[in-house]
Formats: sequence, C-alpha cells, structure tokens
Amino acid sequence: MLDKTLTILSNTELAPDTFELVLGGENGVERPGQFLNIAVSGFFLRRPLSVCDWTADAATVIYKIVGQGTAALAGFKKGERLSVLSPLGNGYDLQKCTGLTAVVGGGTGVPPMYGLAKALIAAGKDVCAVLGWNTASEVFYVDKFRALGIPVTVCTADGSLGVRGFVTDGLPEKLDYLCACGPEPMLRALCKAVTAPGQLSFEARMGCGFGACMGCSCETLTGPKRICKDGPVMDKEEILW
Amino acid sequence: MVDLSTSLSGVTLKNPVIPASGTFGYGYEFAELYDINILGSLSFKGTTLEPRYGNPLPRIAETPAGMLNAVGLQNPGLHKVISEELPRLRQVFSGPIVANVSGFSIEEYVRCCASLDKEEQVALLEVNISCPNVHGGGMSFGTDPACAAEVTAAVKAVTSKPVYIKLTPNVTDIVAVARACEDAGADGLALINTLLGMRIDLRTRRPVLQNVTGGLSGPAVFPVALRMVWQVYEAVKIPIIGMGGVSSARDVIEMMLAGASAVEVGAYNLVNPYGCRDIVASLPGELEKMGVGDIKALIGGAHG
Repeated sequence: MLDKTLTILSNTELAPDTFELVLGGENGVERPGQFLNIAVSGFFLRRPLSVCDWTADAATVIYKIVGQGTAALAGFKKGERLSVLSPLGNGYDLQKCTGLTAVVGGGTGVPPMYGLAKALIAAGKDVCAVLGWNTASEVFYVDKFRALGIPVTVCTADGSLGVRGFVTDGLPEKLDYLCACGPEPMLRALCKAVTAPGQLSFEARMGCGFGACMGCSCETLTGPKRICKDGPVMDKEEILW
Repeated sequence: MVDLSTSLSGVTLKNPVIPASGTFGYGYEFAELYDINILGSLSFKGTTLEPRYGNPLPRIAETPAGMLNAVGLQNPGLHKVISEELPRLRQVFSGPIVANVSGFSIEEYVRCCASLDKEEQVALLEVNISCPNVHGGGMSFGTDPACAAEVTAAVKAVTSKPVYIKLTPNVTDIVAVARACEDAGADGLALINTLLGMRIDLRTRRPVLQNVTGGLSGPAVFPVALRMVWQVYEAVKIPIIGMGGVSSARDVIEMMLAGASAVEVGAYNLVNPYGCRDIVASLPGELEKMGVGDIKALIGGAHG
C-alpha cells in the first residue's frame, strides 16, 4: 500500500452527478477491481473508490455524488492534490476467467468493469460487457467499452436506452464466467440467474480500507472476510446471501 | 536527547505511544508499512472467550471530525488469539503487548485474563468493561461502580500481570467508577472508550448503522477524553492510559499533562496508517520546543 499525494489531471462530469477523476502520480495498482482510498479535506474518513482504468502513473476513478464528501470531491480542480492510499483490495483474478466472460456492471459498478474488460482482452480472453443504469441520462463510458471491440449490451430500467430492464435481461444466452460489480440487489439477482462461476466485487462503508478496523467484515462460506482487504472481489460461490 | 520512555506499573515503554485496541488489528497490517517496534506498546483487538462475528453492516458512519463504529467485538476468540495471532504478532513486534479483553460475564473476563496472563509477551491486561456495541455485556459492566469493582477483583485474583480497567465515558460520574476500580485492586485505568452516538441517513430515513447506535471516536472526542483523564487523575493514585481522539504529538503531550502516563491512538490509525509512526517521530521536536528533557515530567503537569 502506497501513501501518496496525487495530482488531479482532470475531474469531469460525465453524467448528472457522476464524475471521472484522473489522478497523476505513482499508484501501484496491479489488478482490475482494486480501489483507492482518497482523503477529502474537511472529512474524517477517506472515500474508497474503485479504479476504472490505470497506467503506472495515472489512475482513473468514477464516482457519483451521494453525500457531502463526494460533493466536496466534485469541487476539486485540475492541478489540486489529494492524499491517496493505493492500491487497496485484492482485485479480480483473471486466471479464473475461462471461456466467454461476461463483465456486468450496474451504475457506479460500471467503472471497475472497464479496467477489467481491458485486462481480460490483454490476457487474450473472450469478453462481452453488459452495463446497466436506471435511465439514459445516467449512462457513461459506453463508447469507451465499444472501442475495446467487444460486444456491449446496455440496459436501462426505464427502457430509455438499449434493453428495457435490468442487467439480468441483457445477459448473453450462454456465458462461461461472470464478473460483476453493482448494487447488492443486482448482484443477488445475477447470482440467481447465472449458473456459471464468477467473481463479484462489493462495496461497503469502510473505516480504514486496509484491513485494520473490521468495519466492513462480512460472513462468507469460507469464513469472515474483510471487504476492503480480503475483497472487494469475492468468488460468487462463497457469498452468503 | 529527549527521554521518551515511560512506565506503567513497572512495565517500561520506550515511548508513551500505543495504538488503541480495534484500530490496529494484531499489528501485521501495519508491520507491512513500517517497523512497528518503534511503538511503546500496542493494544490488540478486543478478545473474547468465543469467536465473534460482530454486528451486521454497515458498521461505520462518518461524523464531523470523527466516526462511529459498531463493529461489535469481532475477533477470532481466545484460543485462536493465543495459538495463531500472538505468535504472528511476536514476529513483527518484540515490545510489551497490552492484551485487550472483553466479555459478557465475569467468568468470561476471568477465563480470558487467566489464559492471557500466561503469555510471556503480554505485559499488561486491559480489561474492556466499556464496549458500547454489544448487548448484555461490555459497557453494562462499566456503567455501575459496583459491577466494575466486581470484574476488577475477579480478574485480579487470577492474574499476576498489571490489570488496567478500560472505562466508558457514557456515565454520569466516571470518577466514581474509577475509584471503585482502584479500591478493588486495579493497577491502572485506561480511558476513554467511545461515546455512544448515532446518525440517520436522509435518503432512507433510517439509522446509518445496522446496530442503530455506535461508538464515537476521532478528534471530536478529544476534549471530552482530556477532561475525563484530568478528573480521574485528580481522584486516583494509579496510572492512567489516556485515549480518545489523539491525532498528533501535541495531543499526546496534552493527555500527559492532564495525567496520562501513556497514550493510546485509535481512530487516527484508520485515516493515517502511518499516524503512530508520525507521532513518535515528532514527539522529540515538540518536547524540545517546550524545553522538556524527560517526557515523564509531563504526567499530570497541568494540575496545580
């Protein structure tokens, strides 16, 4: 884990209340699905945000304004600096992904699926993406997913764009492996709908983000796990719903 | 050279800085970041007789200048702590260890303390009668002077190591509880545990924490903690480990001036994983500025 002061390269609104933040400087990220824990001045706890895309010296996160901390983060400008702990969490294990892997993201669960899709493609895997939002105005990054050259299905709950319904309505007829990130009801529905094995990433209100406080522990079939340190990615088969 | 060493009931610490229980696990997450042997001691995650999974999520909520937690004493249980966690901790920390013990009955406190008393590296026992996040145990022992005294006496009867009772601030008169523990034979006191609080989510209109209430910690509680250390120091003769919102070397110095012989650092570890290291590193400079050559000279120094 690195403790770095990273420089904001951009902080751009992609959709109403949804921002893409690019942070310049060494980030140490090794695998898709890992996250950064960002200190926002005036707020005691850091904000854990999953990595959407990264190079050795730039990391992109996408966040939605859900409270005062993320609202304050949206006010930061290019050139300002943020204290960041990185990389955190285990990330996705690409080796487990065999056959056709569907990367499925819902809302703020979409961003880590982008880095994952890129990494899977680079590893020579067969990938398709299923991305879900409530409505067309919330949609972001679809062109970037399409530019990866993989099949992309967009779902909106109100049918204003793509398939009407949830990500479960946009799944390919046959898939061999599932990787997903999104709200818990979405992950639960996916696990019901998909018999193939997979990995899911979870979000939680965290204290430290690096395994010290037990603030985000959950019970699994393989024992108690800290979402921040032993996760946020867990095998679909070990989740106790 | 400033002398940072201090002592708790005959246990010498190279400096007064101790990561507080529940914010430092069993040390190894932090040992990956820096050599934790620079610390005076460390208080490990509160241990109960049986393994505990803890409370349902969310367990954490943010507050102005602090946080609420309702972890609920998640820990692997006494047996695993002794057989697995302590041997691992020994590999990364050779200094004296504070064993933090919790329970739901006097018998549980007694059994945990009796077992941990046999562990060589455990230097002193910190008996937590103040956890606000479990039901039917924890804090209920610490809010009544007679119960606090009963736990103290029972634990003292089965241990040879110094026993420090960790007190809750969620009482009308912390001095009464402190005196009761001293009279029952406590070697020292540790204070404060977290202050009971809550938050409500405006979207759901429900409490943020599944447990409804949680313990407030962080800089917000520092003045309350300082005041209680001050009051208890005036009332008892046994040493005090002061804690509550400590986030800097200057806070450590204030705590010691109020009467603490050593100081625990809690929530700050969670937002600055190098927090304790930074505090230890900046203590000598702060003391030199004050013209203090021996940190022990600060203890209780603010009392007339």
